[in-house]
Amino acid sequence: MSFRHHKPEPMVEGTPLAIGVENIVKRYGDFEAVKGISFSVAEGEIFGLLGPNGAGKSTLIRMMTTLIPVTAGRALVGGYDVTKDSDAVRRMIGVIPQALTSDPDLTVEENLSIYAKLYSVGRAERERNIQEVLEAVDLVKWRDAQTKTLSGGMRRRVEIARGLVHNPSIFFLDEPTTGLDPVSRIAVWEMLNHLKKTRNLTMLLTTHYMEEADRLCDRIAIVDHGKLVALGTPVELKQSVPGSNVVEVQFQREDDTWKARLEALPDVTEVQSQSAGVYRVLTSNGSKTTTQLVEMAAGLGEQLTSLSVQNTSLDDVFVHYTGRQLRDEQVKPVNFVMPPRPGAQP
Amino acid sequence: MNRMLAIVEREMRKFFRSPVLMIMSMMLPLVQLIILGNAFGGKIRGARVAVVDYDRGPQAVKVHEAFDAVAANIATFTTVRYDDEDTAREDVRTGKVDAAVIIPAQYSRRVYAQAAPKIGLVVDNTDQFLSASIESEMQSLVNAMNQPVIEDRVVKQIALQIVELYPYVEYMKYLLPGCIALAMYISVMIGGGMLYIDDKARGVHEGYLVTPISKLELVMGLNIAGAIKAVLSGVCLTVIGTLMAGLGVIFHPMAMLNMLLLILGTSIAFNGMMFLMMVRVDDPLVPRAMFGVLNTLLYFPSGAIYPIAAFPKWLRAIAVVDPFSYAIHGFKATLLKDGGFAAIQTDLLFLFVFGIGTLLIATPLFKRTL
Repeated sequence: MSFRHHKPEPMVEGTPLAIGVENIVKRYGDFEAVKGISFSVAEGEIFGLLGPNGAGKSTLIRMMTTLIPVTAGRALVGGYDVTKDSDAVRRMIGVIPQALTSDPDLTVEENLSIYAKLYSVGRAERERNIQEVLEAVDLVKWRDAQTKTLSGGMRRRVEIARGLVHNPSIFFLDEPTTGLDPVSRIAVWEMLNHLKKTRNLTMLLTTHYMEEADRLCDRIAIVDHGKLVALGTPVELKQSVPGSNVVEVQFQREDDTWKARLEALPDVTEVQSQSAGVYRVLTSNGSKTTTQLVEMAAGLGEQLTSLSVQNTSLDDVFVHYTGRQLRDEQVKPVNFVMPPRPGAQP
Repeated sequence: MNRMLAIVEREMRKFFRSPVLMIMSMMLPLVQLIILGNAFGGKIRGARVAVVDYDRGPQAVKVHEAFDAVAANIATFTTVRYDDEDTAREDVRTGKVDAAVIIPAQYSRRVYAQAAPKIGLVVDNTDQFLSASIESEMQSLVNAMNQPVIEDRVVKQIALQIVELYPYVEYMKYLLPGCIALAMYISVMIGGGMLYIDDKARGVHEGYLVTPISKLELVMGLNIAGAIKAVLSGVCLTVIGTLMAGLGVIFHPMAMLNMLLLILGTSIAFNGMMFLMMVRVDDPLVPRAMFGVLNTLLYFPSGAIYPIAAFPKWLRAIAVVDPFSYAIHGFKATLLKDGGFAAIQTDLLFLFVFGIGTLLIATPLFKRTL
């Protein structure tokens, strides 16, 4: 028996489509959180959603995971419409929410077992799956430990294992490494890469870490003010920003004319003024701009405090597309956060 | 079905791993049973009554003898001799003594002359319970002294003959049904109210909602788990409470079966009511704020600690729709009166209909999305 109403359409360069979003809209009263976004994700791809706080990333992921109803437009996940075939979508997906939601009083294995049962995974398959996912996240020896006794990184791995216990084909991760130390973060990245290779998982993740998106994602979509502002591979996005190099310079003496003088240099495409007399100069020729910049400073009798040259990063892409203005995050009126339980790991 | 059982399993594993809920739900009712049961259960003993005797005649001696008999036997009060009325009155006012009896001059003479003899009683009526007890005891003494030494062959006075159906029920026993219901209410309030909203706030429900579990399975799973927890609290308090109060119900299989039916009906009614109230709540402060209000609104008008017949009409109206009233009526009928199934069937009917009805209203209100 098949529940499938909508067959997957071949999209993304001939690869079968795992996720297809068409002009999707989400409104809360008069406020439009998502304003007609469209994109598609190929099977086996890791797709990143980037954007400032309140850009609409979580709303988007919540619509795709059937957690909130779609106001307008269409989202297909695994070929199923999230509005019409929400149950079929839920069977196909694994979801790692932003918060750590595994039960702290239950053991690692109990947490996984209960979730497997919620997906009606039979006993034999359940036991096999639990063993496999525990091996995949390297928590086999902690299977009988109460979740509250684990570190933050280990708890995040429990969440990942929980999302995989029913063998989903599409995996949604909402800021999977937020709050983790750098070592745990790298461990999670390696784990996700390993899972992608061994399980042929399609992953859609949201993140604030540009390095994470750069290292993990095959393609990235940047969302801002509920709209899709850029979409492409990390390389394509970096190339889309004017200037292939960034020269970061700090003058000993601050002067209002530095920005204009830097913009006047050949090959310079953009100058971003930062705090304490630091300027980020985007240029198509890093070495040439560096030489000209040093000569200009020497000619004016000015001293440079620091000077560095680097390639354009996703940070530059992010700032280029979303701007430098701080955002006030639009939050739901009720957003009480429970204090941590006594004895729980942060 | 398996998904619903998974929710029940999760809740029960949490419950048994952290027995705080069970302990907390029984703590208040047990303390109430011990403290209130002992504080309000006994009769007044050892009250201090000042006696001012201006007569000192033979009839006044009779009064003193009657007081001494009370002090030696029922011991409701002991007497303290005072020389003047003003000091006695002042000491009643300041609380040094609880009441004062004034035997006026010429009392004995008036008794013999049958000229309306009177004894004065000064009481501190700010304490209604104590003053009523002393008044009642004094009235009995005066009635006894009014009896003629030689009675008529045909007694002309009408006597009320009281038949008590049950042995004397101490206040602790009277309080026990309310304490059992209160333990179940606290269990439901913590397990079905506070922890439910806390789980929502922590994102646990978000985890459920991305699985294929249906709305009905989720609602039923949460409520069955809540009902099991409340039943366990009710059974524990029945066993502990009946042993403390000296009731042997747990050793009578049929009475215990009736108790189990009542506990089950009560847990379903309380869970349904709580789920209906919490189904759209997101803020964890709400159930905490509601705890005391609901406790007062539902527990006190139920007849648990004071008879419903003494309530004004509006309070009786609350009692009519309050599941506590039916639970406590049923528990009393079973624990104190051994009333059998016939005595509790109306209570059971109300509790089950109320529980199922509230669940039927709450289920469509439960949102399958965030």
